[in-house]
Amino acid sequence: MRARVFVTLKPSVFDPQGTTVAEALHTLGYAAVKDVRQGKYFELDIDAGSAEDATRVAAEAADKLLANPVIESYRIEVDR
Amino acid sequence: MKFAVVVFPGSNCDHDAHYAAEHVLGQQAELIWHKDTSLGDADVVVLPGGFAHGDYLRTGAIARFSPIMQEVKRFAAAGGPVLGICNGFQVLLEAGLLPGAMLRNDSLHFRCEHVYVRVEQTDTPFTLSCDPQQMLRIPIAHGEGNYYADPDVVARLEKNRQVVFRYVDASGRATLDANPNGSVSSIAGICSEGRNVVGLMPHPERACELAVGSADGLALLESAVKAVTEGAFAASR
Repeated sequence: MRARVFVTLKPSVFDPQGTTVAEALHTLGYAAVKDVRQGKYFELDIDAGSAEDATRVAAEAADKLLANPVIESYRIEVDR
Repeated sequence: MKFAVVVFPGSNCDHDAHYAAEHVLGQQAELIWHKDTSLGDADVVVLPGGFAHGDYLRTGAIARFSPIMQEVKRFAAAGGPVLGICNGFQVLLEAGLLPGAMLRNDSLHFRCEHVYVRVEQTDTPFTLSCDPQQMLRIPIAHGEGNYYADPDVVARLEKNRQVVFRYVDASGRATLDANPNGSVSSIAGICSEGRNVVGLMPHPERACELAVGSADGLALLESAVKAVTEGAFAASR
């Protein structure tokens, strides 16, 4: 099963890279883009019997390694 | 006394630290490969600067799984003096030996220059020989040294006097301009609650001889020698 893990900086944490990307987009004329937050994306191919099992494994992986809970939060999507 | 300098794949200041300990201070020093499982009879452990494991995922994130880190944790828990410099500081944060995390510098620039830091606390094994509020001119070289912790954690660090070094200007003031990376409260280095684990972004080992522009960093390593020889900080074995 394929789990997709999206890791982003917490809303309370300043994201200088995202801010710089937003400024670049404004330079290109995309004034409608109000804000950009940059993050990381992981695809996990997991040997699991159910979507619930795959989600549990992906969440453990995110808690222990993929995300740093001090500065980052994550979201998981699993194909059904 | 003996310094152990841990070598991760991608460390690049390991030999600087080894040189400073052995040739400048005249102490014993040993390079320890990250896959080793013993620190031997080391009195002080140094996690050096560099790009351990290529900084993949996050700075220091993979290094915490290196076999030697179990020993470093044990050594730290036993009260042994541990110094994390730059990438070594990042490893200590990811390993949970110090609180907080590192963000990309607020300027997005890799900053490589000499800065001033003020010694805020002298009751750690790496600042014993310093005067309170002493200013040190030592180099930084990092892209991700923007120290961050939740406000309640920062408040706890301040209350427990765990902020050991702060970025200041030439007159000793912690101004925004003197902060090279956006670190919260101008924090350049902190210590653990037990005070024996210290991490900082600047490189004292690169400032141990006047021939390289500054010898101010020597105070940290001299402090470690004093701490060990006077028995102020030692791992209980």
